[in-house]
Amino acid sequence: MSDPREIWARLAGLTPARIGLGRAGSGLPTREVLRFGLDHAQARDAVHAPMDSEALTGAIADLRLRTIPVASQAADRATYLRRPDLGRRLDPEDLARLQAEAEPADLVIVVADGLSARAVHENAAPLLEAFKPLAETAGWRLAPVVIARQARVALGDAIGAALKARAVAVLIGERPCLSSPDSLGIYLTLDPKIGRSDAERNCISNVRNAGLSHERAAFKLHWLLARALTLGLSGVTLKDESDRALEAGGAAPALPHSTAD
Amino acid sequence: MAYRHVVGPRTHVFADLATLMAKATPVRSGDRLAGIAAESAEENAAARWCLAEVPLSEILARPLIPYEQDDVTRLILDTHDEAAFREITHLTVGDFREFLLTATPEVLTRIAPGVTPEIAAAVSKIMRNQDLISVARKVRVVTRFRNTIGLPGTLAVRLQPNHPTDDPKGITAAILDGLTLGCGDAVIGINPASDSVQALGDLLQLLDGVIQKHAIPTQACVLTHVTTTLAAMERGLPVDLVFQSIAGTEKANAGFGVTLALLKEAHEAALALKRGPLGDNCMYFETGQGSALSADAHHGIDQQTLEARAYAVARSFRPLLVNTVVGFIGPEYLYDGKEIIRAGLEDHFCGKLMGVPLGVDVCYTNHAEADQDDMDTLLTLLGAAGCTYIMGVPGADDVMLNYQSTSFHDSLYLREVLGLKRAPEFEAWLHGIGLTDEAGALLPGAGAPLLTAAPDLAA
Repeated sequence: MSDPREIWARLAGLTPARIGLGRAGSGLPTREVLRFGLDHAQARDAVHAPMDSEALTGAIADLRLRTIPVASQAADRATYLRRPDLGRRLDPEDLARLQAEAEPADLVIVVADGLSARAVHENAAPLLEAFKPLAETAGWRLAPVVIARQARVALGDAIGAALKARAVAVLIGERPCLSSPDSLGIYLTLDPKIGRSDAERNCISNVRNAGLSHERAAFKLHWLLARALTLGLSGVTLKDESDRALEAGGAAPALPHSTAD
Repeated sequence: MAYRHVVGPRTHVFADLATLMAKATPVRSGDRLAGIAAESAEENAAARWCLAEVPLSEILARPLIPYEQDDVTRLILDTHDEAAFREITHLTVGDFREFLLTATPEVLTRIAPGVTPEIAAAVSKIMRNQDLISVARKVRVVTRFRNTIGLPGTLAVRLQPNHPTDDPKGITAAILDGLTLGCGDAVIGINPASDSVQALGDLLQLLDGVIQKHAIPTQACVLTHVTTTLAAMERGLPVDLVFQSIAGTEKANAGFGVTLALLKEAHEAALALKRGPLGDNCMYFETGQGSALSADAHHGIDQQTLEARAYAVARSFRPLLVNTVVGFIGPEYLYDGKEIIRAGLEDHFCGKLMGVPLGVDVCYTNHAEADQDDMDTLLTLLGAAGCTYIMGVPGADDVMLNYQSTSFHDSLYLREVLGLKRAPEFEAWLHGIGLTDEAGALLPGAGAPLLTAAPDLAA
């Protein structure tokens, strides 16, 4: 038999799980304790770092998209983590402001901090950059991009309803795990209104450089929104078959030209 | 009927038993979210004084959810063992705590069928952590399928070889890793990424193949919805254990897409397969505080009491394994390490007192105020409390479910510190392969004997 260490090195390549770590007595080797600690530290930082709305506004303005900042009723991070109900409700002043801005739109995109501002910082603008030309080709009217602080997914329902948009796409920082503190999720809901359930949403998850690429995620969002608007539904009854469309090539608009990132 | 307790110039009034129990619960974020937690430390303490005076017979007589409204209440009352209850019927909650601290293991086994979840939950609320540990430690719940789980002085481990895309090679590599670290006697149990029957079938065949080829005295489970497992059994696929997540109210179970009748159908189908040579405990349930509230099905009852009611559901199916997934649900239900530790000990105590083979998924998510040190503390306390089993996840990092649980190494630590053995049949298998010494301690060599004996697993 070959050296067990070589076998374990090969097996470790078969899974992202932490296998073949070795041991020191009953404990982990020092390097593994430190590696875990660093990964956890990054995930914790991603949860607690505040969203940099100013930088986001700038990056989105560079794409020639207007932005509106709003906040949920969760005043701070500690409240946000304990009270998901408050993270789903709009601050009353922001609600009034959005209602005053309402103009007919096919889609409002909400950029929400969720559980990882880092995911939003790294992925929201590139995703919008990839999506914007697809939306323009489709002829969709986009509402201003709403940047939402201390926000849960369902805050998008209140925002979409206030802006009278036909659909809402919430780009939100997913709960960080040890291997990906920077993962963005996209939740698409047709006919947004308060009280929509998760079963009425379509989700595109793991959007990040090392996961689902921004171009591919934008393609999926475009595919799902086109179907949702045509069929008049979103959620579990709308199956995501965009991968097949992407492989087939012709069934949906081609991918946008690669961005200069 | 309202309950009252006087503290100096103030009288604390609690509108009914559900309110009293909620206010008496050590405060946690989920009960606050539900708006039922004590509003001051004094109210919390006063409620415990008041609860300690309540007779057990009164708790039995006042169901928290009416009999007509909820099938879990009906199950609890219809299956209540009056003969077993007779021994404790004269006690108040406060007396019952002292009775438990004094009782022998035989007495605890005898009264278990007479203990309703509400009684277990009530007494746990006036117990300190050390009480929860010392009483649970005396209770033994032994179950059997392909080995024997829960014997005194043992701790079993679920080998959890999850993979983000159910890749068979990746899963097999993680199984091999767990086995070489002496884990897997409770079950080799996969949480699948896919919920299709086809994918389930592939995983069941994989697990069955590993267990049969290497004659491993353990059982397999793919933790998918009970309806999917039923479909798999109809297709003749090798199902050892039927898994399902359950909760403590009819409405919360409906949120999981299950009814008691559906669980009964699956239980009977699994029994008919007769796959367990040593015993017929063939159900595996998972639970966790907060599941009823998150399904908007909590009826104004505190989350710990509802959790104990889930054990009444489990108990009626004589399961091989039941575990609370204590820190998985997030900080809106259990905020930090202190709340998770308390909840883990409460859940384990209530389950054992009711005669359920309770294990604990000692775990947390990255948005909870908790870390590995908190998990070490809870793990050690549960080892002292005689916990039936824990999870074994490679490096404590579940790459499919994205949370942190306990690692294979953690179980080695607990065995070394507390002298805990594995299920005897599995212990003998490990020794036979040459992985462990006479005492069950792992031998050095990075699992070489198993790599030699099972080259198929290392392929």
